[in-house]
Amino acid sequence: MTDGDSQPGPQRAAPGSEPLLRVERMSKHFKIGNTISRKALHAVDDATFSVGERQIVAVAGESGSGKSTLARVLAKIYEPTSGEIYFQGKPVSKIRSRRARLAYSRQVPMVFQDPFSSINPVFRVSHGVMRALKLHRPELSREQRYAEAVRVFETVGLNPGSEVLQRYPHELSGGQRQRVGFAQALAMRPKLILADEPVSMLDVSIRIGLLNVMVKLRDTEGVSIIYITHDLASARYVSDRLIVMYAGNIVETGPVEEVLGNPRHPYTELLLAAAPDPRAPLNASAEADRGEPPKVIDPAPGCRFRWRCPLAVDECQRVTPQLRELLPHHQAACHVATADTLTKAFV
Amino acid sequence: MAHALADDQHGVTIPRQQGPLLQIQDLCVEYVLESGIVEAVDKVSFDLNPGEFLAIVGESGCGKSTLVFGIAQLLNPPAEVAGGSVTFLGRNLVTLTDKDLAAVRWKDMSVVMQSAMNALNPVKSVGAQFKDAMRAHGVTSQKEIAQRSAEVLKMVGIDPVHLASYPHQLSGGMRQRSMIAMAMLFTPELIIMDEPTSALDVVAQRSLMAQIKDLQRELGFAVIFVTHDMSLVSHYSNRLMVMYAGQVSEVGPTRKLFDSPHHPYTAGLTDAFPSIRGPKLPLTGIPGNPPDLARLPAGCRFAPRCPKVMPRCTTEPPPQYQVEDTLVRCFLYDSDGGER
Repeated sequence: MTDGDSQPGPQRAAPGSEPLLRVERMSKHFKIGNTISRKALHAVDDATFSVGERQIVAVAGESGSGKSTLARVLAKIYEPTSGEIYFQGKPVSKIRSRRARLAYSRQVPMVFQDPFSSINPVFRVSHGVMRALKLHRPELSREQRYAEAVRVFETVGLNPGSEVLQRYPHELSGGQRQRVGFAQALAMRPKLILADEPVSMLDVSIRIGLLNVMVKLRDTEGVSIIYITHDLASARYVSDRLIVMYAGNIVETGPVEEVLGNPRHPYTELLLAAAPDPRAPLNASAEADRGEPPKVIDPAPGCRFRWRCPLAVDECQRVTPQLRELLPHHQAACHVATADTLTKAFV
Repeated sequence: MAHALADDQHGVTIPRQQGPLLQIQDLCVEYVLESGIVEAVDKVSFDLNPGEFLAIVGESGCGKSTLVFGIAQLLNPPAEVAGGSVTFLGRNLVTLTDKDLAAVRWKDMSVVMQSAMNALNPVKSVGAQFKDAMRAHGVTSQKEIAQRSAEVLKMVGIDPVHLASYPHQLSGGMRQRSMIAMAMLFTPELIIMDEPTSALDVVAQRSLMAQIKDLQRELGFAVIFVTHDMSLVSHYSNRLMVMYAGQVSEVGPTRKLFDSPHHPYTAGLTDAFPSIRGPKLPLTGIPGNPPDLARLPAGCRFAPRCPKVMPRCTTEPPPQYQVEDTLVRCFLYDSDGGER
């Protein structure tokens, strides 16, 4: 299989060390309308980023920003329209055989948003995890599979594992069900878990327990996680790096503390200002924003945030801003943003 | 009991009319199941003043939605009001007939449900649904209906052209807003909102909260706002009521409950969400799950999860104690400090 080294990208890791996952100018467009329509909805456009080993990368943005589509392309539920994804240096588009596909799904499993519909209600929760083990780790004997199921359940905090395995989904709380989702993923000895809003349907009081599970998986099991969320506070709590998306584009990326402490893109500022924080005074300017991300159908060039942006200039109407490295490892796609002056559009 | 009604966040003082708008006295709601009777709401009492914003918070299954459904008389079997009274504008809603209740609904009190996708009729346009509600209350003039429908939609920041739109053509935020617009058709005295923002993301959530607060200031209605996310209401509600396992565990001015929570459960809730600014601290949340209402612990219902549990808590249910302007259900505030 050929490797992807022939295509150096703008965001290459240090020479000689290929990151776990590297996404190069990946786009996903959906054809919309009737059969003769040529219109395309640009769900993700030109996404370039990478995920290292033992790293939690948060992807944040509003509904409709393309973050779930991004995760689904990475899970190979959708094929990208253009661009390439390299997993451990190998292009994912070259995966053809069933065996290679299974191996990829094993290493890059997904955890879904809704813990109430993502587990089969007519089977005990052991069913899903035992089947996954049988399918993806055929070398294990029946006893070994059971022991492994107990181990992964206890790793995600479902104690005692042997007892919880015998329960039906309806006997578990939402938080426990979501832990089952992570246990199923973990059973396959994954390299990278795609977690699509795993806590947004849970009560605030139990979210933190699940966030702690994610941190534990990174620190003790060595798993990388792409954590998709609209909650910047939880992204800050668990993740190492942050990617902010708006209307299909990555608008800002960098180390999470750096991006949130020193946001360069006005949209990141808006998200920050909108996060409810009882410890901070109310932010009046974020309330003035009543906009929503546009549906990106056959877009003309230009910044997609310009309609909501208080700082928009002429250039924003004409030229699509590209990600620029404004500070070390910290990039933003904005014509107005600079390295040293804060834009302060919403903060 | 007097409540400070000064809205310190916005410097607006809400006009005080004669007496409370809504008085809840020892309200009990039971689920009558084959396996026995489950008390989902246990003797809840509180007053709501005109123009007040009361937030009810708690985890899933603590009875907060059941409580507001009990107030609005929207319970369906097996749930039923088992005792107590709901006095709204001088009348006890519990004893009213369905016909009399129908006259109160929409006109004096309206309810905004959690999921607008399910609460709006998918096969009728938004305008047709507004029309239904107005016709049910005797408004027959087409002109008046069209005018008022456009007016309320404008109030929530939606272009009146969307009166012709069907629910699926609107975004989640717009759907919730049109539900709120519908609730305001007759400018009621009280709007009950059951987690109206929980299906929205942060930016839409924030702008909806700001909009509700603006409208409330402008029109003067009272709000009962149910949510599991305490941080969401921190800047908007006058008073905060924390529920646990069907009981009120603490109620008081919102700021007070955030700054100096008395009940260990309230303290646990305020520590459960990570901060976006300031130092990054490891958090633990509240260990365990709320109790099964069919098998409640003998003493304090929070005792099995409480970090400050005392021997007395496991045998004796705590009463409510008045601590300054908050009511707390915890033995820590007994005159002898809980030691006995």
